[in-house]
Amino acid sequence: MHHRPSVKQPQPCDQGSKEQIIGTENRNRDSDVNSQNLFLPPFRSVSFHFSAFSKKKIPFQWERGFNRQKSPLLSPPVLLAAMAEIPTSDYPTIDPTSFDLIVSGTGLSASLLAAAASVAGKSVLHLDSNPFYGSHFSSLPLPSFLSYISSPSSPPNLYSDVEASSQSLPEPSRSFLVDLVGPRLLYCSDETVDLLLRSGASHHVEFKSVDSSLVYWDGKLCSVPDSRQAIFKDKSLGLTEKSQMMKFFKLVQSHISLTRSGTTTESGEEGGVMIPEEDLEMPFVEFLKKQRLPPKIRALVLYAIAMADYEQDNGDSCKMVVSTREGIETISLYTSSIGRFVNAVGAFIYPMYGHGELPQAFCRCAAVKGALYVLRMPVIDILTDKESNKYIGVRLASGQEIFSSKLVLDPSYQIPASLSPRETVVSSNLSSYVAKGVCITDRSLEPNSANILLVFPPKSLHQEQSTAVRALQISGNVAVCPSGFFIVHLSTPCEDAALGKEYINSAMKALFNSRELPAESVQAQTKEEGESVEAPTQEEGETKPTLLWCCAFVQELREASYDGAVSICPMPDANLDFRNILSTTRKLFQNMYPGEEFIPQNSAADNIDDDADEGSPE
Amino acid sequence: MHGRPRKATKQEDPAAAAAKSARLRELQSQLLHFHHNRIYTKEAVSVSSKLLEINPEIYTGWNYRKLAFQHNLKEVSDTDTDTDTETIKSAIEDELRMVEVALRRNPKSYGAWYHRKWILGQKLVPANFDHEFRLLDMLLKADARNFHGWNYRRFIARLKDVSEEEELKYTMDMINTNFSNYSAWHNRSMLLSKLLRKKAKGFHEEESILSDEFELVRQALFTDPSDQSGWFYHLWLLDQTSTPHKPHLVSSWPSDKLNIEISAQFKEKCERFPIIFCFNQQVDGVNLATVTINSKLVSSEHITWKPLSANNSRKSKIWVGFLENFNKYCDNSEGLSVEISVHCCESIVHLKFVMKLSHMDHQGENGDGFEELFLWDCPKSQEINPYLVSYDPWRLRVESVEEDTKWHLDTLSAEIALFKEMSECDEDSKFVKLTLARLLGAHNSIKSGGSAYFEEILKLYDDLIKLDAPHYRYYRDERSLVLLDQMTSSKDSLVEYCSRCENSSFSCINPQLCINFSGLNLTRIGFVERLLWVQILDLSHNNLTSILGLEALQLLVCLNLSHNQIMSFTALEPIKSLQSLKVLDLSFNEIGSHPVDTTRYLCSSPLSHTCNVTETMEELARENIKIGDFWEAILLFESLQLAQLDMQGNPVTNERFRVLVGKVIPCLKWLDGKPVR
Repeated sequence: MHHRPSVKQPQPCDQGSKEQIIGTENRNRDSDVNSQNLFLPPFRSVSFHFSAFSKKKIPFQWERGFNRQKSPLLSPPVLLAAMAEIPTSDYPTIDPTSFDLIVSGTGLSASLLAAAASVAGKSVLHLDSNPFYGSHFSSLPLPSFLSYISSPSSPPNLYSDVEASSQSLPEPSRSFLVDLVGPRLLYCSDETVDLLLRSGASHHVEFKSVDSSLVYWDGKLCSVPDSRQAIFKDKSLGLTEKSQMMKFFKLVQSHISLTRSGTTTESGEEGGVMIPEEDLEMPFVEFLKKQRLPPKIRALVLYAIAMADYEQDNGDSCKMVVSTREGIETISLYTSSIGRFVNAVGAFIYPMYGHGELPQAFCRCAAVKGALYVLRMPVIDILTDKESNKYIGVRLASGQEIFSSKLVLDPSYQIPASLSPRETVVSSNLSSYVAKGVCITDRSLEPNSANILLVFPPKSLHQEQSTAVRALQISGNVAVCPSGFFIVHLSTPCEDAALGKEYINSAMKALFNSRELPAESVQAQTKEEGESVEAPTQEEGETKPTLLWCCAFVQELREASYDGAVSICPMPDANLDFRNILSTTRKLFQNMYPGEEFIPQNSAADNIDDDADEGSPE
Repeated sequence: MHGRPRKATKQEDPAAAAAKSARLRELQSQLLHFHHNRIYTKEAVSVSSKLLEINPEIYTGWNYRKLAFQHNLKEVSDTDTDTDTETIKSAIEDELRMVEVALRRNPKSYGAWYHRKWILGQKLVPANFDHEFRLLDMLLKADARNFHGWNYRRFIARLKDVSEEEELKYTMDMINTNFSNYSAWHNRSMLLSKLLRKKAKGFHEEESILSDEFELVRQALFTDPSDQSGWFYHLWLLDQTSTPHKPHLVSSWPSDKLNIEISAQFKEKCERFPIIFCFNQQVDGVNLATVTINSKLVSSEHITWKPLSANNSRKSKIWVGFLENFNKYCDNSEGLSVEISVHCCESIVHLKFVMKLSHMDHQGENGDGFEELFLWDCPKSQEINPYLVSYDPWRLRVESVEEDTKWHLDTLSAEIALFKEMSECDEDSKFVKLTLARLLGAHNSIKSGGSAYFEEILKLYDDLIKLDAPHYRYYRDERSLVLLDQMTSSKDSLVEYCSRCENSSFSCINPQLCINFSGLNLTRIGFVERLLWVQILDLSHNNLTSILGLEALQLLVCLNLSHNQIMSFTALEPIKSLQSLKVLDLSFNEIGSHPVDTTRYLCSSPLSHTCNVTETMEELARENIKIGDFWEAILLFESLQLAQLDMQGNPVTNERFRVLVGKVIPCLKWLDGKPVR
């Protein structure tokens, strides 16, 4: 809040009575823990639904409570440059000086590890060199976002090829909150949501659902018929296509329900059909062909429902073949997401105030369990035992030395080669980079929809386009921008930064009108290669929203790694959801504390007062 | 219900249940006390509230409230005029609130819904429609297919005078939310029918409206062929497309331009000559005013027109009238020429026929025939065609086809093509097959002489019988109709089933043709309009359980129903109106096999005075036969003048029954192949 970098008083985030309930409750219950927990994270969007949540068993109250938000958006990030100038004496002194675990960086993975370790009863010191939470998973006001990704002093090479349109930033520029992880969503039934519920972090985040899902096909935006009703209403599908698609969905549905009920043996008799084992092993695209689905429906299923990233149709040269099993799993997640929450219309939800809220929510859980939080506190050195050359602790920017048996570091941290973890947690990142774009417009891509997921299947923009480009439009109703404006995030995984950005720019061109797109702008370094996209015709142009501002950049994908005492968190991946980040984090945790459960079922119970009857899981 | 499992009601603990029932009993007796003593005080009414709150199904409670409401209202208007509207308003609000409480307990409570309608239907004060529509929205959100809700919505829409267009839009919204909604589709069909009938603005062109609806329902059918709701709507659309809106005459006996040769025997035996009209749908008002007869000797006044229907309704597809004493007039050499004009729905059909005495001699001209046993094994003879030509029942049909336009055929053809395609990729869908069969049938019925699809339809029904065993009876019935349609569709096809009766020696209109529909697995009779002229009909060795439709064959003399599955005498009701029937074979059916006859209640009771059979009854009593046991049989045979009856092979047949038959049918000459002494 102020630029005085001092230890924060145990401040209940703001003056609202609701939130004080959290504060007092915590103080009463964990009084000794809280007395030393001087660094409660300043949450912006805490709202309080304990009774509704636990008694009626409706996990989230989506819409309600939002207008009760009274805090103007705090804007924690200050100029990073200011950091260096803080005199050493102004840093707080941390007591005690020894912990079970030191976590540096408050990204999602790091925050989850801090929360999990705290829940498991470890003493945790959680640091961040930035004055805000979230690290590479943060949501930043537009000016801060730009300086964060373009600052050469900040994480070396993690963000590159930044080009922004020369137009001035839309005002008020600080009211535009940009996700560093965008475009990203949560499936309603996704494990991340379960984890939020399980850890109690769900009390600190609210969600809105995504209104519609679109696909770019034949130069047009079509809705993705992802349910029976959507197929019925769809105007672009032919009758036979509808019946083929529905038949396929039914097959998948029956397979899923039989798999869930575990009746593998007597499959054929109950009228239900299971997909045979050999089909599950084949590439999903082959299975779809076997079901006699026409190309358009194949593309819809592969890229807009099963969320494949890479072109699946080119046989052996495909980088990552989605197997039928994987495809069906994603569809299963997708369909079980629809209707999980009464107030959510589709399969996907987006957190109010951006994805930066998620790491904060988990930090809050960790804090409740006794983790100590210090922001604006860079780790400047890693201390090793002289003889064994093993990790023993860190030296902070304040000069203080803190010791711990385990250390978790942000991916941007430059670590001495001798300590560098050798084991890599292999995730699905096949490419080394992900090209991203951020656009700001004042009109929705589709009337009557505010939050929209959009997929450009491979080849839909370029003949050589081998990856799907995903886009997510979010609006004022998730409080990431002033109402009447829209932020559109785009991304595609890439090997070659220039090519990746070219796809992003083509996608922008396909979606928006602009006098000035980055490709032609001042910093234009990447000439368009290959075939260019057809210029939009006049009438198309009239219906497209106009681009107010945009930028494109490339982010490096770094895998998580670990080695004994030191673990390094992953960078945000190129996926739509957090599932991979989550499973990677789980692996890191299991490596750190084998035998400990990763945020067990009841961990939320003891910080929720009236949760007694919820205590026994069904 | 419709594939949605009903939630089991929660098991209450016995103590609570007992307390509840005790309370219910107490409240109920209080209510009855107030009801009987006409006590309508506030306290008394509140008892009914408490009762209905717990159990909204108590009709007496609702009725009591109605009486109380009326009573209190009357009191108010008698005493005070100023506070009138306010008091009424609050009384009405109380009632409406009561209904809402009841509906919260059971949203499908008939009594509660009816009470609400009753209150609002009085129109004592202007209704708060916003509130009503809000209530409906809430209700239909909870269960979009609650038909009570839909009924009530129609009621409210009518009360408020909401335009049909608006309600039509609402059905579309509901269908868009979830197309598996029978009520929404049904309401849509109702509203569209009204709008089309009224020719409301934008609804002038029925054909384009229906085409759009076909397009809409196709989306539902193709998206999920296993959902029934769309198929029902499709069936309605098909009906709109294939059935002519106005009734018209389909066929008649005698048919137009027919020369009837009447044997001398027939002339002598029969005093009445039947004239039969068959319409495509049930009509009324066939009478002296609408049917005019122009003939030298006979005039309209001689004829009383009578509907032939099973349920004694005044509407019927088939009407019959008798020319009395016709035999007096057809002696001369020109014969008797009759011209008939039927006025039906703004169109007039003219018929002309001539009756002449036949010059052909018959063997057994002496006596009244049936001296010999009638045998059913008629040999096939070659010269049938010329006889058949004269009975051309198809002439009229061809003329009536004119009104069917190109659009109907095009629409049907398009639908047929679509569903054929669908059946190729979805081989086992019963809905596809059934709809295809119906479409093909409709196409057949519209297109004159379009017999191309018969085999295809029969195959579809055969498949359906195997595929959907629970409904095989329906498919068998439909299959029977298609088969009968095919057999009677043209002269050439009918010839296959005709033979000439050589051995008969009874009064008959020439020639004596026997129609043989035996051994065809028929379960139902249909297309009688093409068989009005038939006198000898063999339906043996089928699976008939009902013979509904045969009442139209007024000329029938010999009928063979042996080896079928007729289970009771009441199932033979249609025979009663066949006054010329002489030979009836009922052997090897299942009459008497089922102790409980579900159609028996349709039969007049022995205690009613509608039939006068006392004489026979007394006689039977003397023979020690309990009349009650054979009542239906007595009624049936009493009304006929049979000469020959075969009953063996039925559980009911025994010695006493034979005695009974002998008494009831005095003119009987042959029973079970043996002469009656």
